This record gives sequence, structure tokens and C-alpha cells, in this order.
Amino acid sequence: MIPFRRALAAVAVVVPAAFLGIFFLYPVGSILVRGLGADGLNRLVELPGRSSFRGVAWFTLWQAVASTVLTVAVALPGAHLLARRRFRGRSLLRAAATVPFVLPTVVVGGAFLALFERLGLNDGPLRLTRTAGAILAAHVFFNVAVVLRTVGTFWEGLDPRVVEQARVLGASPAQAFRWVTWPRLWPAVAAASSIVFLFCFTSFGVVLVLGGPTRATLETEVWRHAVFRGDLASATALALVQLAAVVAMVVVTNRLQRRRAVAQRVVRRVPPLRASGRLLAANLALLGVVLGLPIAVLVERSLTRGRSGGGWGGFTLDHYGALADRLSLLPLSALGALRNSLVFAVVAAGLAVVVGGLASVVVVHGRRTLARAFDLGMMLPLGASAVTVGFGMLIALSEAPLDFRSSRWLVPVAHALIGVPFVMRVVVPTLRGIDVRLREAAATLGATPARVRREIDLPIAARALAVGAGFSFAVSLGEFGATSFLPRHPDRLTAPLALFRLLSQPGDALRGQAMALAVVLMLVTALSVLAIEGWGRRGTVRGDL
Amino acid sequence: MAFDGEPVLSGVDLMVARGEVVVLLGPSGCGKSTLLRAVAGLEQPLAGRVLWDGEDLTDMPTHQRGFGLVFQDHALFGHRDVAGNVAFGLRVAGLAAEARAHRVARSLALVGLEGFEGRRVDTLSGGEAQRVALARSLAAAPRLLMLDEPLGSLDRSLRERLTAELGVLLRRLGLAALHVTHDHDEAFALADRIAVLGAGRIDRIGTPDEVWDDPGTVHAARCLGHENLVGLDDAGRCALGRLGSGPGIVLLRSDSLSVGAPGEGVSAVVAATSRRSGRMVAHVLVGDLEVRVPVDESIHGVRVGDPVGLVMGHDAVVPLSS
Repeated sequence: MIPFRRALAAVAVVVPAAFLGIFFLYPVGSILVRGLGADGLNRLVELPGRSSFRGVAWFTLWQAVASTVLTVAVALPGAHLLARRRFRGRSLLRAAATVPFVLPTVVVGGAFLALFERLGLNDGPLRLTRTAGAILAAHVFFNVAVVLRTVGTFWEGLDPRVVEQARVLGASPAQAFRWVTWPRLWPAVAAASSIVFLFCFTSFGVVLVLGGPTRATLETEVWRHAVFRGDLASATALALVQLAAVVAMVVVTNRLQRRRAVAQRVVRRVPPLRASGRLLAANLALLGVVLGLPIAVLVERSLTRGRSGGGWGGFTLDHYGALADRLSLLPLSALGALRNSLVFAVVAAGLAVVVGGLASVVVVHGRRTLARAFDLGMMLPLGASAVTVGFGMLIALSEAPLDFRSSRWLVPVAHALIGVPFVMRVVVPTLRGIDVRLREAAATLGATPARVRREIDLPIAARALAVGAGFSFAVSLGEFGATSFLPRHPDRLTAPLALFRLLSQPGDALRGQAMALAVVLMLVTALSVLAIEGWGRRGTVRGDL
Repeated sequence: MAFDGEPVLSGVDLMVARGEVVVLLGPSGCGKSTLLRAVAGLEQPLAGRVLWDGEDLTDMPTHQRGFGLVFQDHALFGHRDVAGNVAFGLRVAGLAAEARAHRVARSLALVGLEGFEGRRVDTLSGGEAQRVALARSLAAAPRLLMLDEPLGSLDRSLRERLTAELGVLLRRLGLAALHVTHDHDEAFALADRIAVLGAGRIDRIGTPDEVWDDPGTVHAARCLGHENLVGLDDAGRCALGRLGSGPGIVLLRSDSLSVGAPGEGVSAVVAATSRRSGRMVAHVLVGDLEVRVPVDESIHGVRVGDPVGLVMGHDAVVPLSS
């Protein structure tokens, strides 16, 4: 019995460690070695002197700050509505607002392109296409869910009676917010902001699709140098700057997160107030415009012919039919790319469940230092941005001793790296949250320790694993950043890559087909997440993205 | 000076005079807290009005009403110390720092927490936290103080002590107070008048003696702690004899019952004994009817199995409506 359990424990440690080591730490190490070697260091030192670099760095920074401020401004009233008011369709709104966050970045880029074209903002004095404004709008669209969920959930947990008490003591609603709600709420807002900032700072697909060549961030510049120009040395130097910035941000974020642990007492939930009609309407209108309009236009555009002379082209299903056609632009049909994506997503989800599940067991039951190391280490690929993952794999795993260039499975492996943190975010809290009293009750009823594990722990953990698998599946379906670095091969073309190529070409037929592909991708992703979410919430699964 | 209202719950009409403590008594979920929240303006009544001194407050926002409300679980501001909590209402009112400190000290002294100003609220015991919550409401000098089961989360002995202190304090300050509880002992200890709530309306209202002597309804009798409710048959009879003119339920007031020697009153057998607040209670059986009777042990004790006589005073039987 003991040797078997030891072996099992060893497997639980070795498999995730090896996976992370080979596919993430070794590639990142390669970036460091190349970038800090004599040759790379020269390149790094001359970077600040280049005005193009200064422009890119400055833009990366200010667009991230502006996106974050805008996102919080748009989401905060909605968070209040969800946390404190009672109205019909509340849970529906919460779920719907989450959808943008899980959509593939390229789909969002496509949706905004379609929106600007429909509103006539792609040309003329009010042009938004290829401007910073377009990028900011898409970032707000994406990240509203982050603020809604983290701040909204935290807000809901704050005892409403404390605010009521302030009101009874004579505080106006504004005073009560400033003196009572805000001091308790701001750590959550700060934490959510730092996450949003990190996402916007490392945003790739959105910037690539909406920014065009003139609006580049560090992330897209790495890609342009590495994939487009084949200038690996410059790309390495840029990737190093990016990595350093991200690490600094993660450290700051963690500090903020720790502060968040203000003494909280979770109380019996008092039914929130009924929302007044005006408040509800204003909020829904804001969220509707920001979140609903791009998606609505995307769907509409996929079902209509373009307007050549400004008129409505009429309803059509041709664009969907054309998804099966071969185009000279792509090595295989859009449908073929979608098939690739589905296969990769299934494999990636499977890998993520195995690696993430084992790592979760170590985090929950392992020795302290080991648990800490796993908890932090397995999260790294998510924080380190797609470029670090993809570019690292590009330079490290295409030459001896680890040459995986010819393997198509490098794609799902990269996706699994990003999926593992999602699995762990769900599984670890669930394992930790299994009520000790359940085990004790089972034991007093005569169950052996093995029986307790089988009857109590396993069923609960299985549900969490399934939820985690669903999330990794969705993440893999939409993954664009890391995949775009991996060696190109027809049998590795994924749906987001195909969509990106379709979007970068002009012409009505291609645009329509791109929109149709975007809609299909969006539906598959959104439905899988919503289904998993709905199912998982019914059980005892804890944790959140 | 009067406050009256008929909010949320249907047909609730209640008046509180200055210096009067009215206790709303009822089981959980009967709408007591909703009533308080409506009076405070935290809940908007669908119909009905809240009046103060003839002025209609129904549409006035909470913070302008000048009422105080103490919640069961204190609802202290976790990010402020004790002084910061107690001073909150004064700060909102724009009082200068010096005057604030003075009032805070006075309020804390009222509840017996002198010198607690600098304490963090998460270091307080349950009883201390509740006193801070009370001091916070008192410091704002409310024209009506409402207490929503303020002692409900405390253990029994502490609750009894604080109930007594609270009663003294409310009398001393001469505030109009509306107190909500499900505990009849607490109600009797505090109230000038008791309003028994059931199913969204007031079943019975009156001074403690009035409602005890004649609860009016079965529900009110149970809420007030009466135990001897006896069903009568069509002829108004039960094991004790004919107690009414028809079918229904009557109350046997335990304060008009006593245990006598065999042969006195109705013959009965002691089935069990118990103690309530130290006083012995005999559970006597008359036929198959069990009646609980207080025993005065200074006269004579009883033991299980003893044959006794159940003596009923002339006002022991009170008819109830369902």
C-alpha cells in the first residue's frame, strides 16, 4: 500500500513539473539566455535609443492605463446593480456579461471591424478603424466582465446592513458610498484593475486586428519581428522587456491581492432592493451598447451581403456555405481549420486536466514549500502572456535537443499550458472546500479512508475537473497569440489563425466569410463556457476565473 | 408626539409615544424586521404611510428621517475603530471634531464602555460589539430608536443581563423606542406596550399585563409563552369539565393555577417536573390532558407519581379565537 501511494505521489509531482519545465521554463530560459548573452545584451542596450521602440513602449503603457480606467468606469455601476439590486433577468445578465471575456480575441477584433464599418467609422473624419480608440473600445468590451465579476462578487459579500446603518445614521447615498462602501470595496477594485491592466498590457489579437501596422504594442512588435521579419535578435530583446514588465506587474498585483484580505464577515444574504426602472434602464443601456452592439453587428454582418452603394445588401446564408470552400488565401477551408481547432481543443483540455489535476493534488495535499512552488509555477504561463509562451517555444523547441518543429501536437501543448491554470483555479478551491465534516460523518458511519476518498472526494473533484476541462477547451478554441508563433503548417492552421488571415484581406466575400467563421467560433466558445458554468455552479464546485 | 404607520404588512397600525417602549413580538418570518425597515425607509411600502408628529415621512429618504436602528449582528464599520463607529452619525451631521469626541465619550459611558474609543471593532466580544452598535445609534440622538433583535445573537445569561441594562437605559433617556424580538421574556422585561405580530398583522396590542391576561388569539398566546392551551369539544367540555359554551380553544393561565392536596380542585397525577428559571413546574395529568402548573416549593413540594389536586382560580380560563 505504502509503496503504491509513494509512487502515486511521485507521479503527481513529476508529471506537472516535467510538463512545465520542458514546455515553459526551458523556452523562457532560452529567451533569457539569448537575450542576456553578449550579442543579445547589445541589442537590449540600444533599444531605448530607438524612437520606434520608445513609441511602442509608450503606446503599450498608455493604452493599457486608458483601457483600465474606461473599463472600471463602465463596469462599476453594473457591478453595483448586480450586487445590490433585485430585478428580473439578473442571473441572465451576469452570465451574458461574462461571454465577451471568453470570446476569442480575433473574434472580438472582427466584431469591432464589422461595427465600425456598419456605423461608417472605418473612413472619413470619425475614422476609428486602426486607431487607439478602436483598441480601447475592444479592451473595454473584453474586460468589463472581469470587473463585473470580481468586484460584483466581492460587493455582494459585503454586509448590506452596514450601509443601511450608515443611511439610518444620516448619511446620504453618496456619503454612505464614500465613507462606508468605498473603504471596503477599493481593494477589490484595485485588484480587478491590476488584472485588467495586465490583460490590456499584454493584449495581442485585438491590437493586431484593430491597430494595423501603425498601432503596435510590445506584444505585437515581438510577433512582427519574429514571424514577419525573421529578426529573432530584436524579437528576443523586445520579449525580455515585455517579460520584465509583466513580472513587475504580477508582483505589484500580488501585493494588492494580499491587502484585499480585509476582515470580512459573510452574512445571511438579505434580498437586495428592487431596482428602480431608471437605474436599471440606464445600466442595461450602457452594458447593451458596450457589450451587445458589437456582437449584434457581427451576427448581422455574417448574414447579409455588404453594402456596395450604401444600401442594405440583403439577407444571405452564403457566407456560412462558403466556409467549406477552399480559398487560395488559406491552405485548407475554414471548416477544416475549425476541425483542427476542435481536435486541438479536446487534446489540450485532456492534457490540462491531467497536469492540472495532479498539480492541484500537490497544492492541496503536498508539503508546504512544494505546494507553494506548484501554486505559483503552474500559474506562470497565464501571467506571462501569449508571446512569452509562443515565442519561447519558437526559439527553444525547434532545434536540438528538443526539436518539436515537425509535431503538430505542439499546438495543443501550448494551449494546455494556458489551460492548466484554469483547471487549477477550479479544482484547488474545490478540494480545499470539501467540508471536513463530510469526511468525518462518513468515517463515523464506518467508511474506511479509501472509501471516504472514493465516495466523498472523488465525485466532488470530478465535477471540478470537468468544469476545468470545459474552460481549457474554450481557451484552446480561441487561443491566437501563442499559436501564431508556432511553425506554420496546413495541418496546424486553427480557426482563429484562419480568421485573422481572412480579416486582413479586403473584399466583401472574404469579409462576410470571416464574420461567419467568427460567429461559429463565438457560438462554440460561448456555449461551452455557459454550459459548463451552469452545470458546475449547480454542484459544489468553487473557484472562479 | 406620536409616530404611527401602516406599512408593508397589511393593516398594521401602530403608534409610539415619546418615552414609550413598544415591543414587537412574533416568530421569525412574521414581518417584524420588514416593519422596522419600512419605518426606517430602507424598504418602500407598497401602501400605507409613516407619520411623525403629523408629518408624512413615507417618501423621505432614510438619512433624513432621524431614526436610529440597531441590527442584530451589529453591522459595525469594520474599517473604523470604536470611536470612528460611534462618531459616524455626528460626522455626517457635520459636527466639529471636539464636540464629536465629547459626544462619543458620553455615548460610550452610557453603555458602560468608557475608554473603548481606540479599540478595533474586530477585537470586541459579542456583548461589547452590541453595546458599541447601541452607542453609535444613541450618539446620533435619534427621535425614534429601533432595535431589531439586538440581543438575539448573544448567549442567554448575557442576553438577560443586557436586556435589564437596556430597559434601564431606555427609561432614563426617555426615547421613543420600537424593539423587535421573538423572546417573550425579553418583551416582558422591556415593554411599556407589547404588539404581538402574526401573519403580517397585529394580533394583540396592549400593556404587558393586558396581553398576558388576555392574549386574544391562539397565536398570540403561544408567542407570549403560554403553554396550557386546551381544546374543547362541541359542548365546550374537556377533561377538566365544561370550560366553554362550544367548541374552540381556551387558555389556562398558569398564574391562576396551583397544585393543592389531593381532594382539592380537580384530581390529577404529577407526570413529570421541570424547572424554569429555577422555579419548579409540575406537569400534571388530568385524564389524558397535561397541564403545566407552577409549584410554590415554600408551601409544599411535589414528586413524580404524587396524586394532587389541580386548583383553578376564578379567572384561570381565557377564551381564545383562532
